[in-house]
Amino acid sequence: MSDIVFEAITKVFPRGGSSFTALADVSLEIPDKQFLAIVGPSGCGKTTLLRMAAGLEAPSSGIVRVGGRRVNGPGADRAVVFQQFALFPWKTVGENIAFGLKCKGVPRARRDELTRDYLALMGMSGTEDNYPHQLSGGMQQRVAIARSYAIEPQVLLMDEPFGSLDAQTRMVMQEELIRISRVNPRTVLFITHSVEEAVYLADRVVVLGRSPGRVTDVVDIRPVREAERWDKVASEEAMEMPGFGHLRARIWRQLRQEMQISSHQQAT
Amino acid sequence: MAAILSAVRGRRELALLSLLGAALFFGFWQMLAISGLVSKFVLPSPGEVLIAALTMMVEPFAGNTIQGHVAASLGRWAMGFGLAAAVGVPLGLAMGYWRLLDAMVSPVFEAYRYIAPLAWVPFAALWFGTGIGGPVMVIFTGAFAPCVLNAYRGAHLVERHLVEAARTLGAGSVRVMAEVLLPGALPSVVSGLRVGAGLGWQSLIGAELIVVSSGIGYVLVQGQSNLAPEIVIAAMAAVGLTGLLIDIALRLAEARIRRRWGQTP
Repeated sequence: MSDIVFEAITKVFPRGGSSFTALADVSLEIPDKQFLAIVGPSGCGKTTLLRMAAGLEAPSSGIVRVGGRRVNGPGADRAVVFQQFALFPWKTVGENIAFGLKCKGVPRARRDELTRDYLALMGMSGTEDNYPHQLSGGMQQRVAIARSYAIEPQVLLMDEPFGSLDAQTRMVMQEELIRISRVNPRTVLFITHSVEEAVYLADRVVVLGRSPGRVTDVVDIRPVREAERWDKVASEEAMEMPGFGHLRARIWRQLRQEMQISSHQQAT
Repeated sequence: MAAILSAVRGRRELALLSLLGAALFFGFWQMLAISGLVSKFVLPSPGEVLIAALTMMVEPFAGNTIQGHVAASLGRWAMGFGLAAAVGVPLGLAMGYWRLLDAMVSPVFEAYRYIAPLAWVPFAALWFGTGIGGPVMVIFTGAFAPCVLNAYRGAHLVERHLVEAARTLGAGSVRVMAEVLLPGALPSVVSGLRVGAGLGWQSLIGAELIVVSSGIGYVLVQGQSNLAPEIVIAAMAAVGLTGLLIDIALRLAEARIRRRWGQTP
């Protein structure tokens, strides 16, 4: 079982003399092999939640568990894909992917084999000896995703992984991710501020509100996707289907309400 | 002055100006020496210094030829500097990684930085006598601070998400420092090594004035007590030239490393 459980998470940041509540009593469960996306306005604490699951930040109160074990620090059972790719610029593509395997103590021959396998999975065979700066943004993010899959983590944590890519590349990468998730299903926590991306990729979408960050809606996507068979068509066609449109509208309504509430709060 | 400089553009003109500067310097020195205004025992002429230097290259002075003395000094320098780099760079990186260590070490280190390497000579003599340890320790104290500081600053310049990526991929602290902070900070580390190498070489000569019986600093002292100012100046020139060569070698190494590692996207 590789589930992610957030139990009554509160996160308070000191800000000047006072304090700022980023997350208030957030509870959330991502079952084994589920792809869950979190959307929300900026400042709602969605990235903070992901960083807590990664062990890069600690909650002020509450517990995060991954695969039943309490998180208290980073570890290779939880791989992170960052928006800025975070590839080591002084390492080749192959060395980047092999890095996590080296940390695990995987012997060299097996490392090379896995590196080749995951590069092939990302459609990037033969690029082992390139340096990251020689690749386009989309290619770099493919390498970063391959690096995360290669350590065979229990869960994948993706923090707006396509946020810095151009629109076309982004669409291609979304379809790629769907394809890879089918070949190699994992528990995924995916942060985005694109509603379409969330609906298209996820089994379930969680909407976070802000000031303070809390869960305002949980939307089941999977039944609609399976009924309309989105995975059998191109993404732009899936996005035109009535079920997709309904889900998108529902999430947007929720977000709009959130924005109005918080702008009203700011005005008073 | 600014007008002259702005009028000069090409490298050839600059090289000519350098030559002109050197010619003026040696010409003035030669004139001063032969004018009789100063005694030959106070300021020998450039020619006499050159002869003294050439003589020392074949006839031993103070127990060795001048190149032998330079070699002895270089050996000590390499040891002291190597030690400073081997301890200073990891310490600087570790201070950049752990805030706790930074907070603990920084105050002592900041005070230490302002103690001139020569101030350690009494202790060097007390602890090591006239053995190899004394000068090595003085060089170490001279080269240590820039090694630490530049590694520390370089570690801070490494993007935070690279460190986080390494940790989430399962890297321990030592691996993060060796495979992320060190390469990320390398250009800064190498600059620190270059500054440290220069300071170490300077401190070494000071140390040799006092605690040893070989090396180029020792030649300086012996020249003085033999009332041979031409030997003193020849030794000074050897110090300067060797320092210059060390700097050129390290600059070349630095340029190569920057080319190889500077491939940030």
